[in-house]
Amino acid sequence: MTLQNYMALTIKAIPENVGLARIAVAVFAANLPFTITEIDEIKVAVSEAVTNAVVHAYPDGAGTVELRAEVSEEGLLIAVRDWGIGIPDLDQARKHGYSSDPERLGMGFYFMEELMDSVDVESEPGSGTTVIMRRQPKQADRIQRNTEPAVG
Amino acid sequence: MEVGKLGHFPHERIGTTYVIRLAGEVDELAAECFRAQVDEVIDAESIRTVVVVMRDVSFIDSSGLGAILGRYRRLQAKGGTLCIAEPPASIRALLELSGVPKLINIYNSERQALNAG
Repeated sequence: MTLQNYMALTIKAIPENVGLARIAVAVFAANLPFTITEIDEIKVAVSEAVTNAVVHAYPDGAGTVELRAEVSEEGLLIAVRDWGIGIPDLDQARKHGYSSDPERLGMGFYFMEELMDSVDVESEPGSGTTVIMRRQPKQADRIQRNTEPAVG
Repeated sequence: MEVGKLGHFPHERIGTTYVIRLAGEVDELAAECFRAQVDEVIDAESIRTVVVVMRDVSFIDSSGLGAILGRYRRLQAKGGTLCIAEPPASIRALLELSGVPKLINIYNSERQALNAG
C-alpha cells in the first residue's frame, strides 16, 4: 500500500475542537474524488468519533485526542485516538440506540458504521480507544469500471 | 423577532409556542447551548409547543439530534410537544437514518409547523 498523503492533528479533548477536527478531515478528504454528500457523511463520522473521545474518554478533566487521516489506493483512512478510560463494554457501546445518558441518542457508532465503509474499534480499559474508519469514493469505483477494457 | 445574545439561537414566542431557529453546525458545543436555552424557557414559562426551525443548519450529528430528542421527551412529560421545520436535504437524510421522524413530526415549512402546533 502506497501512502499518497497524510495529515495528523493533535487537539485538546474539548467540544470547541470537534468542529476543527471535522473541517480538517473534510478539506483533506478532497484529495480524493468524493462527492459533496460523501464529504458531508465523512464529517458526521469524524464528529461522532471525536465527540465520543471528548465526552466519554476523560471524565476527570483534560485529555488529548489525536486525529490522523491517510490517502492511499485503498481510499481514505481516518484514525481517532485517545488515551482515556477506554470503553468497558465495546459490544454494548456499539449497539444501536445504546447510551449511558438519556440526553444522548446512542447512535454515534451506528452513524459511523452507516456512513463509512468500515469501522474498527480497539479499546483498552485505562489506556484509551482508537477508532479506525475507511471510505472509498464511490465515483472512483465507477471510474475504475469505466476504464476497464471493453473487450478482453 | 428577538435576536439572540451570544450563545443563544434566535427565537420567537407566539402564544404558548416557542420558535427556535437553529443555525450553523449543530454539534456537541451548539447542542449544549440549545439544551440550556430551551430548558430555561420550558421550565419557567407556559410553553406547550417548541418549533425547531432548521432552515439555516449546515451540519448536525448525533449530539445535536440527541439534544432535540431530549427536549421532545421533556416537553412530552409536561404534556407539550416539539416539532421540526424546514430541515435541508442533507440534514433530513441524517434525521431519517436516526429514526427521529418516527417520534417527532417534521414539516416542510415553518407555517405548517405553527398551524399544526
